[in-house]
Amino acid sequence: MTSPKLLEVRNLRVEFPTRRGTLVAVDDVSLDIAAGEVLGVVGESGAGKSMTGAAIIGLLEPPGRIAAGEIRLEGRRIDNLPYNEMRKIRGRQIGAIFQDPLTSLNPLYKVGDQLIETILTHLPLTQAQARDRAVKLLEDVGIPSASERINHYPHQFSGGMRQRVVIALALAAEPKLIIADEPTTALDVSIQAQIITLLKRLCREHGTAVMLVTHDMGVIAETADRVAVMYAGRIAEIGPVQDVIKRPHHPYTIGLMGAIPTMTHKVERLTQIDGSMPRLNAIPKGCAFNPRCPKAFDRCYRDRPDPMPAGNSLAACWLVEEKAHV
Amino acid sequence: MSEQTVPMLRVTNLKRVFDVSPPWLNRVLEGKGKSIVRAVDGVSFEINKGETFSLVGESGCGKSTVARLIVGLYEPSEGEINFEGVNIGPAAERAKHPEIQGRMQMIFQDPYASLNPRWRVGDIVAEPLRFRGLLKDKKAIEKRVGELLTQVGLSPLDARKYPHEFSGGQRQRISIARALAGEPEFLVCDEPTSALDVSVQAQILNLMKDLQRKLNLTYLFISHNLAVVYHVSDKVGVMYLGRLVEWADTETLFNRPQHPYTRMLLDAIPDLDMTGRSRTPVAGEVPSPLNPPPGCSFHPRCPLANERCKREVPKTIPVPGGAVACHAVEEGRLPPWKAQAAA
Repeated sequence: MTSPKLLEVRNLRVEFPTRRGTLVAVDDVSLDIAAGEVLGVVGESGAGKSMTGAAIIGLLEPPGRIAAGEIRLEGRRIDNLPYNEMRKIRGRQIGAIFQDPLTSLNPLYKVGDQLIETILTHLPLTQAQARDRAVKLLEDVGIPSASERINHYPHQFSGGMRQRVVIALALAAEPKLIIADEPTTALDVSIQAQIITLLKRLCREHGTAVMLVTHDMGVIAETADRVAVMYAGRIAEIGPVQDVIKRPHHPYTIGLMGAIPTMTHKVERLTQIDGSMPRLNAIPKGCAFNPRCPKAFDRCYRDRPDPMPAGNSLAACWLVEEKAHV
Repeated sequence: MSEQTVPMLRVTNLKRVFDVSPPWLNRVLEGKGKSIVRAVDGVSFEINKGETFSLVGESGCGKSTVARLIVGLYEPSEGEINFEGVNIGPAAERAKHPEIQGRMQMIFQDPYASLNPRWRVGDIVAEPLRFRGLLKDKKAIEKRVGELLTQVGLSPLDARKYPHEFSGGQRQRISIARALAGEPEFLVCDEPTSALDVSVQAQILNLMKDLQRKLNLTYLFISHNLAVVYHVSDKVGVMYLGRLVEWADTETLFNRPQHPYTRMLLDAIPDLDMTGRSRTPVAGEVPSPLNPPPGCSFHPRCPLANERCKREVPKTIPVPGGAVACHAVEEGRLPPWKAQAAA
């Protein structure tokens, strides 16, 4: 039967060959998602979080390609499937929600037709059954008077409502996993709260696992079970969300948590991580964080750390190993 | 001391309407009237010297329009903008006081769009110096640009480069250096960090605080991010559909919010300490500013709305630490705000 691990990613490497050499956008990333689990993936722009998501769902833009590693869905390798095979998995097994709800819907088709098309592609239903299902999906995601709204075009919906339609579309074929890439970034805070609550409820009801890619640590704190912090294409730290937020091990995670202004305690100055993330063509030798790390020592400039156990988490930092020895 | 009593900036009943009607022929053929958006609808507040006053609200609430009205990028339809007692609202009045205009500068949201890609950074930063004739000598300008770049954490050698050679955070530093070049006292910052990553945002916010202390700057800070606003502000105003629904000093606003909209906003923010917290988000969305609801514009989403809220626009009444425009507060039927769960 199903393995407890729904998705396994092992040593994933995504490369972009360019005229001036190969850029490595995702480097040696390994992660698991259990059935029904919400894994948050955070990082700053260019950290490779969206690339990881795109690689899993098979939507890397050429010339980007998976150069090494494996992706397994319920034990079956999906990273090397032919295009048509992957199409059947996409939507049926893995759904996707993107940042901008306006670009993920076709402006020329009614939202109902887009839903029905998706349902008919993946499920053995008649036109009428598919239509009923589409109405039910729209009701599920909280769109009022769904049976009328099904005949409307995307531009007739507001931003929040459009994102609800996109969620309905992602859930249409009851996938086991949803890749949600910045699903609330384009929305206002009060709408963001509605969408997060909705996504949490639906995934609980349907038992869907979610890979939630975002730069907003607050959204992760509220939604995710586990979180992976990415930096310069690699996982810096991965672990249960409470541990990573309250007891971070990697100096980058520690800096990141201090840099986020909160409303519970006022600080005079925010913790500042000097500098910025290296460009993909200039990733330093050793640990990629070493130029910005306050605690870097000689080994950090020489060898690259792999994620190693630190408390309940895994952290890719030589300090963790040092501490374990002392 | 009259200097003490006159605030640096006093905005009184500021209004700005935009005509968004379709062209005349369409109106005639389709039998439609003019349509007008009241982007800013009677906003009043004061900013004292050395203070940071923030305006928060969701998209379309008019906070950026207020910023643009104050620096003179738009002319107010009605109301006064008093800068140290001088009304600079109407463009004609503003033109009479170029020295006041020079004391104000603006920092924009998008550090990619607000720097001319074909100018060297040195020329960008020197533009206010040249425009206002502060320095004439080429050597002196170069020296001053170097100082400004050092002040915002860049190198004087960066003056030779073009904007595309910098990251988003560094570009925002260049914008700040340019704003500081004219030696302003009052800076209007329209979402200065919302295009930046959190670690870079922290750098810019720290830089802005340091500069404020060093140069005794006054900030009007526009943001949708309540956590950032809590971090930087002395006073906060909350806007909804063109109106200022509540203002108060930061501690009062965040610990004892009065207006139901402020409460809703505070409740909607995901915070790091709220792991696994469940909550009931307020339903509904911001109505279209083209056709705002009558009475209190928040009433369709407000849990406390009654008949009076649907009919009558609430007046702003003073409360300890600030002011609020809400019938429920006035009538004393506001439930107590739940104390923030102890961290």
